[in-house]
Amino acid sequence: MKLEGEVRIPSGCAIAAVISREGKKMTGELITNAMRPMHDRSNGLGGGFAGYGIYPEYRDLYALHIFFDDRAARENCERFLEKRFEIVQSEIIPTRKIPAITDEPIIWRYFVAPLKSVLASVQLDEKAFVAETVMKINSEAEGAYVFSSGKNMGAFKAVGFPEDVGEFYRLEEYEGYSWTGHGRYPTNTPGWWGGAHPFTLLDYSIIHNGEISSYDANRRYIEMFGYKCTLQTDTEVMTYIMDYLLRVQGLTLEEASAVIAAPFWSTIANKPSEEDRRLNTYLRTVFSSLLVTGPFSIVFGFTGGLMALNDRLKLRSMVVGEKDDKVFIASEEAAIRVMEPDVGEVRAPFGGEPVIVRVKEGVEL
Amino acid sequence: MSAVDFIFPEFEVVRNSDRCIACRVCERQCSNKVHSYNEERGAMLSDETKCVNCQRCVSLCPTRALKIVKSDCAFRENANWQPDTIKQVYRQASSGGVLLSAMGNPKPQPVYWDRILINASQVTNPSIDPLREPMETRVFLGKKPSRAERGPDGKLKTELSPQIDLSMPVMFSAMSYGSISYNAHASLARAAEALGICYNTGEGGLHEDFYRYGKNTIVQVASGRFGVHKDYLEAGAAIEIKMGQGAKPGIGGHLPGTKIVGDVSRTRMIPEGSDAISPAPHHDIYSIEDLRQLVYSLKEATAYKKPVIVKVAAVHNIAAIASGIARSGADIIAIDGYRGGTGAAPTLIRENVGIPIELALAAVDQRLRDEGIRGNVSLVVGGSIRSAADVVKAIALGADACYVATAALLALGCHLCRTCNTGNCNWGIATQRPELVKRLNPDIGSERLINLMTAWRHEIMELMGGMGINSIEALKGNRMMLRGVGLNEKELGILGISHAGE
Repeated sequence: MKLEGEVRIPSGCAIAAVISREGKKMTGELITNAMRPMHDRSNGLGGGFAGYGIYPEYRDLYALHIFFDDRAARENCERFLEKRFEIVQSEIIPTRKIPAITDEPIIWRYFVAPLKSVLASVQLDEKAFVAETVMKINSEAEGAYVFSSGKNMGAFKAVGFPEDVGEFYRLEEYEGYSWTGHGRYPTNTPGWWGGAHPFTLLDYSIIHNGEISSYDANRRYIEMFGYKCTLQTDTEVMTYIMDYLLRVQGLTLEEASAVIAAPFWSTIANKPSEEDRRLNTYLRTVFSSLLVTGPFSIVFGFTGGLMALNDRLKLRSMVVGEKDDKVFIASEEAAIRVMEPDVGEVRAPFGGEPVIVRVKEGVEL
Repeated sequence: MSAVDFIFPEFEVVRNSDRCIACRVCERQCSNKVHSYNEERGAMLSDETKCVNCQRCVSLCPTRALKIVKSDCAFRENANWQPDTIKQVYRQASSGGVLLSAMGNPKPQPVYWDRILINASQVTNPSIDPLREPMETRVFLGKKPSRAERGPDGKLKTELSPQIDLSMPVMFSAMSYGSISYNAHASLARAAEALGICYNTGEGGLHEDFYRYGKNTIVQVASGRFGVHKDYLEAGAAIEIKMGQGAKPGIGGHLPGTKIVGDVSRTRMIPEGSDAISPAPHHDIYSIEDLRQLVYSLKEATAYKKPVIVKVAAVHNIAAIASGIARSGADIIAIDGYRGGTGAAPTLIRENVGIPIELALAAVDQRLRDEGIRGNVSLVVGGSIRSAADVVKAIALGADACYVATAALLALGCHLCRTCNTGNCNWGIATQRPELVKRLNPDIGSERLINLMTAWRHEIMELMGGMGINSIEALKGNRMMLRGVGLNEKELGILGISHAGE
C-alpha cells in the first residue's frame, strides 16, 4: 500500500479553535476537550493541535518539531541542522504513554537560530531560509519530517483520535493565547503521523476540513515557487498558498481570502465601489490559479491571530461564537459549548467571508 | 488521358428512381456538376467522377432519393500499399506536382483526447449542480505580473497589462477572409460578439464591414503581411503573430488565386487572381530575438493597448520554443496541433509533420512551470478540439483556453468533404463564388454558432460541477482530474497523468 504523499487521500474532518483577544493564556486541555463531542467526525487516523505563545522563554528562536523514524535519521538530520543553525536547545518532546496511541516515531524539538554567515551566503531573509530548510528536509531527508517550524508556537500531531493525541502530548502542560485542534477522517491511509493536521510552515498553521477539487491546479501552480507538496494533502497546499500570498506577495489576510475564496464575478460586478471592483478583479486575474474550490473550512493560525474561512459555497460546516475576550470557532456548536458553556449567539459565517481575530495591539505575546 | 491515369470514383451516387421526381434540385445545388438532367429519358444522371461527398444534394433532395456511398470498386488489398497511397502515386506521376488537401489530417493516428477520462465527485466531496449553483467559465488571457506591488498609499496597484476577457475558454480560431466567405466571417463575428468570445481574422486582413466587431476580433499578422496596416492592428482585441499552423508546420499559408476576387483582393491588398502563398518563415524573424522585436514593434504601434499572441505549430521541440516565446514579450502563446484544419496544405506535410496537441500542451505547460513562468503567460491550444469534453481535458492539462475552427465550420454546414482548396464549397463557406456564398445566411449561421457554444458551455459546466469545481480557473492544470486509458508509461509521463485505476 502506498504511503501518504505517494497517493492522494481524501478525508473529512473536525476542527476547533480558540483565541483570547487579550492574549490571556489557556492550557491545551481546553482545546483537547473541545474535540471530544466531535469524536465521530474523526476515525482515529489522525489528530493534532497547534498552540501559539507556548514557548515564551524561547520566543526569538525557531522551534522545530521533528519526527524521526530512527536514531540514524535523527543523527543525520542534526548534522544537517548544525551546518545551518545555532541549536540553542534540543530535547525529546515529552509524551505520555497511553494505550490509544501506538507506534510513535522519535519526536524531538530544537530551538534554533539561523547562522548569520550562512544567511549572508545564500542571500535569503531569515524566514525564507527557514522555510527552504524545512522544505529540503521534508522532501530529501530519509526518515525525518519537520512538522512545526515557527517562533513561540508549536504543532502536536499523531495517528489517533484528537482527544487521545492531546493527552499523549500532555497539552495540559502548555499555555497559549490561541489554540487550534483537528480530528481527521481519511478514507484510506496506512496512518502516518506527518499526515495529521495541523500543517504548518514557519508560524503559519492550518487545520482544514474538506476535500478541495482545485487541488492539482493549486499544487502545480504553487510548486513553481519552490514549495514541494510531499504529502498530497489539501492542508499542505493551503498552507503554502497562504505563505506565498502573505509572506512572499505581501498580501493582507483579507486580500488573500479574496484570492482563495474569491467572490463570484457577479458579486464583484455588483460591488458599489469602483475600487473594490478593481481590486477583486485584479486579485482574481493575477492569482487565478490559487482559487480554491470544493468544500473546505479552515482555521489559519499565525502569530497574534486566527482566521477562519469557508469555501465560497459553504460546503462545510463552521460556526463562530464569542464570550468576553475569547472567540471560538468549530465545525460544530457542541465543541464551542464545551469550551464555553455560556457562549452567546453562535453564528455561521457566509461562504468566502473571512473571520479574522487578532490579539489586541500592545499585548506582549 | 491515358488509362493509367484513370482513378475509379471514390463515391457512388445512389439514386432511388422510385423516389426521384426529377425536380433537378440536386443539379442546381451541385457546384461540382455531378448531376444532370436527361431530357430524352426524363431522368437524372450522375457523373460520379466529380463528386466530393459534401452531402449537399443529399440534404436538399425533397424526396430523400439520394445517398452517397463509398464505392466498393477497389484495388487488390494490400496492407502496405493503401488505396490513398496508390492514388497519390498515380496523381503525382501524372502531374509532377505536390498534392494539396484541405481540412485536418484524416489518418488514423492516435487521438489522445479519446484516451483520457475525466473525474467526478463521489461521497467525499459534493458535486455541484450548475442549474442550482453559480458556475463560472470566464477567462482572462494576457500577461500577469509575478509580483503584487503597492503604491505609496499602501494600496495594491491594480493596473493590469491588456487582457482578453472571454465568457468561456473557447475562441474561434484563425480562418482568413478568402479561405472562407464573407458570410462565414459575418457569422463568426456576430456569434463571437453575442457569446462574449473572440474570432480570428486569419491572415487575410479584416473586411471593412467587420471593424465594428473589433472588441471580439483577434487580428492576425502572418508572414505574407496580407491586409496589415495601422487601423487593422488597432481594430482588434488582440494581435496574433502567426509563426506556424498545425496542418502545415514549416510553410506559409496557401490561398489559390481563384479565391482572390473582389473584396478579398482589396482586403488582402494584393491583385485579383494572384495566388497568395505566404513565405515559409517571417523574413524578419530568423531567430527568437527577432520575434521579440516584432512583438514589441506591434506593441509600439498600438501603444501597448493590445495583448500579443504568438501562434506556433506543435513541433518536436515545442516546449523549448514556447519557453522562448514566453520570454519574448508575448502575452499569450497559441499552439496548434498537427490535426488542425486548413483551407489548403500539401497533403504530405499535413499527414507527416508536427505532433499531437495533447502531448505538446502537456509538455509546454510543464516546461513553463518548471521554469516558474507559467503564471506570466496564457496558453491557448487548438488542432483539433472537437467537443466540450476536449475543452475540459485541454484546460485540465494546462491550457487557459482553446481555439476551435473545424467544429465552428461544421456548425455552419461544413460536411468535411475536405476540398476547400477548390473554392467550390456547396455550403457557402470555403468559397468566393457569390451564388454559393449566399447559401450561407449569416443570421442562421451566427445563431447556429451561438447554439453550439452555448451547448458546449453547458456541458463544460456540467463536467466541472461533476468534479466539484465551480470556476474554470480551478480546473486549469488540474491534471489529477484526468486518467489515461490504454496509454503506455511514456505517454502517461508526458501527459503528466495517472492511468485509470491508479
